[in-house]
Amino acid sequence: MEAILGILISALLSENFILVKFYGICPFMGVSKKIDTALGMGMAVTFVMALASAACYGINMILVALDLEYMQTVVFILAIASIVQVVEMFLKKSVPALYKALGVYLPLITTNCAVLGVVLVNVQESYNFLLSVVNGAAGGLGFTVAIVLFASVRERVDKTDCPECFKGFPITLISAGLLALAFMGFSGLSIF
Amino acid sequence: MNFKKQLYEGLLTKNPVTVQLLGMCSTMAITTSLFNGLGMGLAVTIILTCSNILISALRKVIPSQIRIAAYVTIIAGFVTIVDLAIQAFVPALSTSLGVFIPLIVVNCIILGRAEAFASKNGILASAVDGITQGIGYTLALTIVCVIRELLGSGTFGGGLLNGGEGIRIIPDPYPAMQLVMPVGGFLVLGCVIAGSQYMVKKLEMRNKKKEAAK
Repeated sequence: MEAILGILISALLSENFILVKFYGICPFMGVSKKIDTALGMGMAVTFVMALASAACYGINMILVALDLEYMQTVVFILAIASIVQVVEMFLKKSVPALYKALGVYLPLITTNCAVLGVVLVNVQESYNFLLSVVNGAAGGLGFTVAIVLFASVRERVDKTDCPECFKGFPITLISAGLLALAFMGFSGLSIF
Repeated sequence: MNFKKQLYEGLLTKNPVTVQLLGMCSTMAITTSLFNGLGMGLAVTIILTCSNILISALRKVIPSQIRIAAYVTIIAGFVTIVDLAIQAFVPALSTSLGVFIPLIVVNCIILGRAEAFASKNGILASAVDGITQGIGYTLALTIVCVIRELLGSGTFGGGLLNGGEGIRIIPDPYPAMQLVMPVGGFLVLGCVIAGSQYMVKKLEMRNKKKEAAK
């Protein structure tokens, strides 16, 4: 129980996936223009990360049994791509409302390095099944927190008057940096 | 063969990091010392060139419906080769880059160039594109590394020069630690991209003036 709580806290705040570990910067920058879409992307990523953590835990056991650990990267990325595809097809058939809300973002998740990152971290830290899934879900929630917070900042940043050469991406990066500075305040936080 | 033009584009006007804004994760995560930057840049250049060549060679064989899956498999194969090679020959780089070496698979630069260039052009042109874009990526990484390392830990060439310690330029208590932390990644990269936007705009202005003078 303590381990689960520890993982949750660190993935949400002190070791936030985006702002501290730099996983998943591309969607963080690309899909953070509006709060609604940011929330949708966050939810989709959380779901896929939890699912991928569970699936890759099983796959890794097979790889270890067959002595094929060096194939991890190749097999994991293929597993993630197929999970995303399956999730997309499943949602389209059975929960069309959710599919409509997330539709555009689902294919993007394959190349989100947060997903492959969390799976590789799970293997490196040799988490058991439960901890892997918790780490995946918590990492996704951390991603959601960061992207939603940043979307609300960005709606204002885009309208500011700043020097010509800082317009667009640079000023966005710098405001993300200030958000990361705020998250540094959590870095001493560890309950256990 | 316009190698010169492609090099110019890769380095400046179409730089993968500062202009196309690809591969941000690695650019911010590992740029804390010169050693990391050069190592990562070299690894990505090799993988990008190899995958560009192979994808370009297979571009007529791969059906377009499953091309992304095929590209990702090819890229993952090369990443695994490079990952194992780094673990065997430069273990220090492997420990300091950690999980970001396998994460090259999802680096958008490689998939982006495969989709935008290698799937449409010949083998030689694709190889040149891989090398020039790789050099552009390495250049951007190196600039970010040098700034962050100098201001953040006060040294130059950490991990490489002076027995791995780096040459100390700013005395010990003064460097701003925050710059080697995540915050610094965002701030420094933001400023570097702003600088490059400024330069590209200036160059465009100058070219326009030249044309007007003609």
